[in-house]
Amino acid sequence: MSASYPPLSRKITNVVMLALTGFCTLLVLSVLLTILGYLLWKGASSLNIAFFTKIPAPVGQSGGGVENAIVGTLKLLALASAIGVPIGLLGGIYLSEFAGGWSAFTIRYTTDLLNGVPSVVMGIFVYTLVVLPMHHFSTLAGGVALGIMMIPIALRSTEDFLRAVPRSLREGGLALGASKSETIFTIVIPAAIYGIITGIMLDIARVAGETAPLLFTAFGNLYNSPGWLQPTSSLPVVIYNYAISPYDVWHKQAWAAGFVLLSGLLVISIISRLILARGKKLSHG
Amino acid sequence: MKPFDLSQLSRAHEVRFAADESTDEKLPWPQFTVAALNFFYGTHQALKGINLIVPNKRVMAFIGPSGCGKTTLLRTFNRMNETIPGTRVEGSIRLGDKDLFSFPATRLRRVVGMVFQKPSPFPKSIFDNVAYGLRLDPSIRRREIADKVEQSLRRAALWDEVKDKLHQSANGISGGQQQRLCIARALAVEPEVLLLDEPCSALDPISTAKIEDLLFEIKNSCTIVIVTHNMLQAARVADYVGFFLNGELIELNRAKQIFQNPEMQQTQDYITGRFG
Repeated sequence: MSASYPPLSRKITNVVMLALTGFCTLLVLSVLLTILGYLLWKGASSLNIAFFTKIPAPVGQSGGGVENAIVGTLKLLALASAIGVPIGLLGGIYLSEFAGGWSAFTIRYTTDLLNGVPSVVMGIFVYTLVVLPMHHFSTLAGGVALGIMMIPIALRSTEDFLRAVPRSLREGGLALGASKSETIFTIVIPAAIYGIITGIMLDIARVAGETAPLLFTAFGNLYNSPGWLQPTSSLPVVIYNYAISPYDVWHKQAWAAGFVLLSGLLVISIISRLILARGKKLSHG
Repeated sequence: MKPFDLSQLSRAHEVRFAADESTDEKLPWPQFTVAALNFFYGTHQALKGINLIVPNKRVMAFIGPSGCGKTTLLRTFNRMNETIPGTRVEGSIRLGDKDLFSFPATRLRRVVGMVFQKPSPFPKSIFDNVAYGLRLDPSIRRREIADKVEQSLRRAALWDEVKDKLHQSANGISGGQQQRLCIARALAVEPEVLLLDEPCSALDPISTAKIEDLLFEIKNSCTIVIVTHNMLQAARVADYVGFFLNGELIELNRAKQIFQNPEMQQTQDYITGRFG
């Protein structure tokens, strides 16, 4: 082999491509870090204990926090999960394990369409479905809107993770005299459970930042919302309301709320990656 | 039911079974009796007019080139093919003196166990893998399970290697151990028949030798049908060998006969490596 192997042109191509791909990776990373840093820089002055423990102060007074919005978001997410997770999970199991050619196609197609419905349309839909009959905004309505938005992703990610379970495991169960559903519930689902949980956590993280559907359903509240049938505050709506307000104090608190929301999503996302990694480690020894 | 005539085995491709055929008392009883079996994947016919007897408590090997139908036939014995949409069976198979298709599939598969080509331990502990089949049967009491798990692991010659890590993940042991675990798992429910679909094709020679030794032990209590691409393996472990080509059973005979003096030209060509 000659000393000039590989030829110069290939070496140059290699260097150029490496630089390009590396640069794009850095660009993506820097966008995230810039947003996080900017939020922190703008909102840091508002981040204190009161921010997490107090409800908003009246305009003109300093202090106050977004405790009601944090609690509101958690309640909304809990309700959304209670609606979206069981439906998405069971639908995903049906789609992966039982649906035949035609029904599988229909379910998959409608689910993808549902996933494509603009979130503001989902807000109006739930407004007519829940808010109008009840005559007022509520946590319930917000939870229903977010819950419906969770279904498509929960369903498709569950389906994908179940499908990835090798056929040999299913046949192994059947060959021991287990019925199809026994095999699914005792072998296939346990084999995919870490992936399924990860998919659902990322799904929760995705709807946690939704704003438009909440404007029509949960609305907002300056105080803590008792129970499930009253309007409630939430982090995304607080960010929206404070950001368009004329008050400088509120602007700062909007930045801080944005930082809290984004950090929460990052934590969920990191935890779910860890769960997935642990699942991989368990199933590969 | 009567024992069958061994001479039928050697002429199996032309045999028709009549109720009063066969006489030799010393010969084993048929475990499976297959008559005029056709099998279709959609419109593709994978098995064509198969007639054969699988003797009880013997090892029978199926050999032949890829796509010849040997695995399809094996998977018909525990009706695993039914899980594939668009398949169709014609003809009859008897298990002992009963129609194979008269059993519910789940009960049949406890009598006819199967081990697959790729070791496929469940993502559970070693103990739970072997106990899986036992726990499906509510009549087996909890405290019996531990004993039966140990028994099965001993029969699969795996006990000494795993007794200290029964509650660790089954994915942490070697491929050869995993395959013996799958055999232990299948033996735990005490099947009459064990079907093996190329059980050693993913294993190294030492693991293969261990599994072959194991088969000699198991055949005292179990009928074994093994599909293999390895003709030396067929010669080592099998009492009888069936040679398949293009969905047809070309020749069925004692292993020695097949490898030393086959009756059919195609068998001769295959075992000497002229095609396939």
